[in-house]
Amino acid sequence: MSGIPHDHYEPKSAPEKWIESRLPIIGLLYNTLMIPTPKNLNWMWIWGIVLTFCLVLQIATGIVLVMHYNPSVGGAFASVEHIMRNVNAGWALRYTHANGASLFFFAVYFHIFRGLYYGSYKAPREITWIIGMVIYILMMATVFMGYVLPWGQMSFWGATVITGLFGAIPLIGESIQTWLLGGPAVDNPTLTRFFSLHYLLPFVIAALVVVHIWAFHTTGNNNPTGVEVRRTSRKEAEADTLPFWPYFVIKDLFALVFILTIFSAVVGFMPNFLGHPDNYIEANPLVTPAHIVPEWYLLPFYAMLRAITFDVLFINSKLFGVIVMFGSLIVLFLVPWLDTSRVRSGRFRPMFKVWFWLLVVDFVVLMWCGAMPPEQPFVIISQLGALYWFSFFLVILPLLGVLEKPKAPPATIEDDFRAHYGDPGEAAAQGSAQPAE
Amino acid sequence: MTARTLLSGLFAIGLGLVGLGTAPAVAAEGERHVHDFSFSFEGPFGRYDQSQLQRGLQVYTEICSACHGLKFVAFRTLENEGGPALSEEAMRAYAAQHEVFDVALDDTRVATPTDFFPPSNVPNAPDLSLMAKARAGFHGPAGLGLNQILFGMGGPEYIASLLTGFTGEEKEEAGTTLYENTAFGGYMAMAPVLYGDDVTYADGTVATPEQIAQDVAAFLMWTAEPKMMERKRSGLTAVLFLTVLTVLLYFTNKTIWAPHKGKKHG
Repeated sequence: MSGIPHDHYEPKSAPEKWIESRLPIIGLLYNTLMIPTPKNLNWMWIWGIVLTFCLVLQIATGIVLVMHYNPSVGGAFASVEHIMRNVNAGWALRYTHANGASLFFFAVYFHIFRGLYYGSYKAPREITWIIGMVIYILMMATVFMGYVLPWGQMSFWGATVITGLFGAIPLIGESIQTWLLGGPAVDNPTLTRFFSLHYLLPFVIAALVVVHIWAFHTTGNNNPTGVEVRRTSRKEAEADTLPFWPYFVIKDLFALVFILTIFSAVVGFMPNFLGHPDNYIEANPLVTPAHIVPEWYLLPFYAMLRAITFDVLFINSKLFGVIVMFGSLIVLFLVPWLDTSRVRSGRFRPMFKVWFWLLVVDFVVLMWCGAMPPEQPFVIISQLGALYWFSFFLVILPLLGVLEKPKAPPATIEDDFRAHYGDPGEAAAQGSAQPAE
Repeated sequence: MTARTLLSGLFAIGLGLVGLGTAPAVAAEGERHVHDFSFSFEGPFGRYDQSQLQRGLQVYTEICSACHGLKFVAFRTLENEGGPALSEEAMRAYAAQHEVFDVALDDTRVATPTDFFPPSNVPNAPDLSLMAKARAGFHGPAGLGLNQILFGMGGPEYIASLLTGFTGEEKEEAGTTLYENTAFGGYMAMAPVLYGDDVTYADGTVATPEQIAQDVAAFLMWTAEPKMMERKRSGLTAVLFLTVLTVLLYFTNKTIWAPHKGKKHG
């Protein structure tokens, strides 16, 4: 698939030839697994595997949870308690699924910010980036609907607040809201349709993940230098890359298992830490919780929604808040064209680096503000945070390409790798009897 | 204590960024004073104290159940090893003290082990099955979640503080008497229930209000999280096995890459 010169699968035995001439699946698997991968990838390139694992974990645990869950207003909350108390290892399934969502977002934020820092969205990887963003949006929709299913207080009121956002759209808003809810308020029809979609969307995500991988297998991976793999000759390509198997599979597995060790500690020892306690109270339309907050991974966007406490021209504050919240995601889609710099990797962009890390801090601060009550000083901090979020993408990123004087990246990936790890020739000469192949 | 600190460190490294954002905002209204009681089940190696859970069951039965219910808890689970661990006879006898409504009979009958505790008797008395998890909102200071990570502050601390937190102040509001409570952070509808000598423990434990409050808080932690011991055991096994696997994969990775790296990091 990749444009990088490399080995292609050649069927040798008769059965292999028989299969390959009818369905070239062995070749597809071989080429996918053996894809030449820049050998200087650092530890920020492990999140893809973690994310793939999360998707499989969520689908696997989710399918079993569905076997015991009752998607009805009268039965949902009790069926979750049934899972926790009576189903064999039901507590493990549910806590893994709930904390698995947190791990999923924890990983996706590292993955996205890695992409931003190293310019992974730039030509020719725009489609990989955009599909990634679509996956991210679908993840948010899925997690939001999944959170409604236990039918706790935060489930109910979170659904009320978020679907209420659509009501802010002029003229058609209320009709859209009613259509989404299946009625005038969050009720049984809402729960059943969210349940259906919560089951459907992960498979859409899975399909998009395949496309995401297909896209970057076509362009080749980006890498910390942002320098492309040399494609002029097989020899040069091989000096810049190593096959995905076994080098990156083992490296990624090591990272994944390390992360799962921490994940197991969270699930085993503090499974409710990341959840909201109010969700252990059954949904009650007559009692509004003191503070309605989403789960931690949606907080930065919730903060931007609530930051808008003022009307702008003829747009009221509620609608403008909704525009700002969705806008904060839309700018991410436009990043490939907003960034005007010729240099891909942030490693060689002294000014970009500073603004980038400020964006990361901004994201964390917004997350914190989203969890705080909507009062001062959190409102003003959220407003400044939202302002910076948009400024970074719409003003700073386009301007930096013009104003910044980037440093020179290394000529090749091989140079970068050697500068970091030394010359492999020396190590081989040091006494190992391995053939230099 | 050490185990808890260890876990905190582990967690701080792993989810430091996340910790900043995990802040269900509960602590805002009123001044709340929740005492950090020490419970046997805190920390990754914490276990329920069976005698304490049995005492807590007694407190629940003699005091709380007058108004509150435990509708998600089945009598049969009182026999469970990770819980109060009553003998089968004691559990059956306990169930038989209750009457439940049977839809098939369209009448009440004596409860059997597979039946559940009755729901609340009083409309505004909440069901207590999950209360220890529903009141675990100690994500302070400033929403950073440190109280919960470092001190194990949670629902049981809140429940015990609430039961011992009445100041004795009362006020009338719309014909209802409200009672001031420092853990609640204001006036609440529930009247003080502990005055001293409220129960007589069979095991000789002195029934001070603090003792009773902690016993029933521990019992309610069990009703909210009956599989906690099993969970921590599995969690520990998982962490140990995955640690070994991490180490093995670390060396595998190092060995595989070694021929391609020079002396600098080889």
